[in-house]
Amino acid sequence: MAMIEIRDVNKWFGRFHVLVDCTSAVDKGEVVVVCGPSGSGKSTLIKCVNGLEPFQKGEIHVNGISVGTAGTDLPKLRSHVGMVFQHFELFPHMTVIENLTIAQEKVLGRGRDAARDKGLSLLDRVGLTEFADKHPGQLSGGQQQRVAIARALAMDPICMLFDEPTSALDPEMIGEVLAVMQDLARDGMTMMVVTHEMGFARNVAHRVIFMDQGRILEDATKEEFFGTPRSERAQTFLSKILSH
Amino acid sequence: MGPFDYTVLVPSLPFLWTGLQFSVHLTLIAMSGGIVLGTLLALARLSGPKPLSTASAMYVDLMRSIPLVMVILWFFLVIPLIIGKPVGAEYSAIITFTAFEAAYYSEIMRAGIQSVSKGQAMAGYALGMTYGQNMRLVVLPQAFRNMLPVLLTQTIILFQDTSLVYAIGAKDLLKAADIAGKNYNRPVEMYLFSAVIYFVICFSLSALVKRLQKRYAVLR
Repeated sequence: MAMIEIRDVNKWFGRFHVLVDCTSAVDKGEVVVVCGPSGSGKSTLIKCVNGLEPFQKGEIHVNGISVGTAGTDLPKLRSHVGMVFQHFELFPHMTVIENLTIAQEKVLGRGRDAARDKGLSLLDRVGLTEFADKHPGQLSGGQQQRVAIARALAMDPICMLFDEPTSALDPEMIGEVLAVMQDLARDGMTMMVVTHEMGFARNVAHRVIFMDQGRILEDATKEEFFGTPRSERAQTFLSKILSH
Repeated sequence: MGPFDYTVLVPSLPFLWTGLQFSVHLTLIAMSGGIVLGTLLALARLSGPKPLSTASAMYVDLMRSIPLVMVILWFFLVIPLIIGKPVGAEYSAIITFTAFEAAYYSEIMRAGIQSVSKGQAMAGYALGMTYGQNMRLVVLPQAFRNMLPVLLTQTIILFQDTSLVYAIGAKDLLKAADIAGKNYNRPVEMYLFSAVIYFVICFSLSALVKRLQKRYAVLR
């Protein structure tokens, strides 16, 4: 069964056609990596999935619920679709543990103690228990991104969206974040990941989507994609990215 | 009138104190009310539907384009007509200042809200927050914190401006000094003394703002 279903999605920023007839799907338990040159529309596409960006044509269903339809309770849908951003977006005026509990309490209506317990156990999972009462500004980028992942997990998401989670990180911090994501994938989390980390794609992904100029040019299993990509554009992209 | 005679200050201190109390009350009420109202105006302008947004912008522009004394006088004349009975200079002053300062606080809060990155609001929405929750829990606390020195500076200006209620006869510090000066026939000493009080209060508050700004400079 498809957890995320994207059908003929089109989006315009003014006259600029950012997404052109995008169709794909992410099955339950599947890890799909979305890659492509910058400006290809991959970040926009993933933001359409939980309705952070509106789109003008086509349909997106998450767990059977239509995202683009007017009557949809978007806050409710988003509350169980986890999202991790390029720039972490932790709330700087709250401590780390408050970052993890605020939405549990205010959105899911969990009790204070239950939310705190959940938050602490997730901090333990990403290895940051001792930072619970610090503010995000006191943490390194890698640590902040691990907290951001924990914050999303605190909502018991049915799937996770990652929007270039390692692009803003120093090289030595990328590994710790990818390790957490790899763990998640191993536990069977449904994941849609926009990233340039081809190592992660090779190790963890089931499928790879390649986008360019708003179009999905490749939608293939990992083996097919890294074996012989069909489009010339994907071949040049891969040769540039893998040669480093 | 002869040379300066400051002995008249002592007996008039209690009277001046009631005047100062009113000035401070007026400032505090107009500040709290003005910030709340101003924040609502800013939200309406930034994210309200078109008519509401336009109305908010027009209100702010109108208030900011009329001299405060005229607003004070107009409200003094118009409020009794609206509610059908006189309200007294003090209440009229409180309503006027809240309404007037809201326009200025609104512009400060608008800048504050815009100083919070769009990604923060996105993160709030992605966690399932509604617009109201996102504003209350994520955006406004940060906007308020970023703008704290500016909000305080505006409040110092507000405190100085309260002396304009003199125009409608509300008994603030300046009016009290005016009356005491007439009673003892020592207006110069009384005006000088009230000026010193205004100066000490405003100067100390400005120093506090400077310290706050420094602390923020370190925090970032």
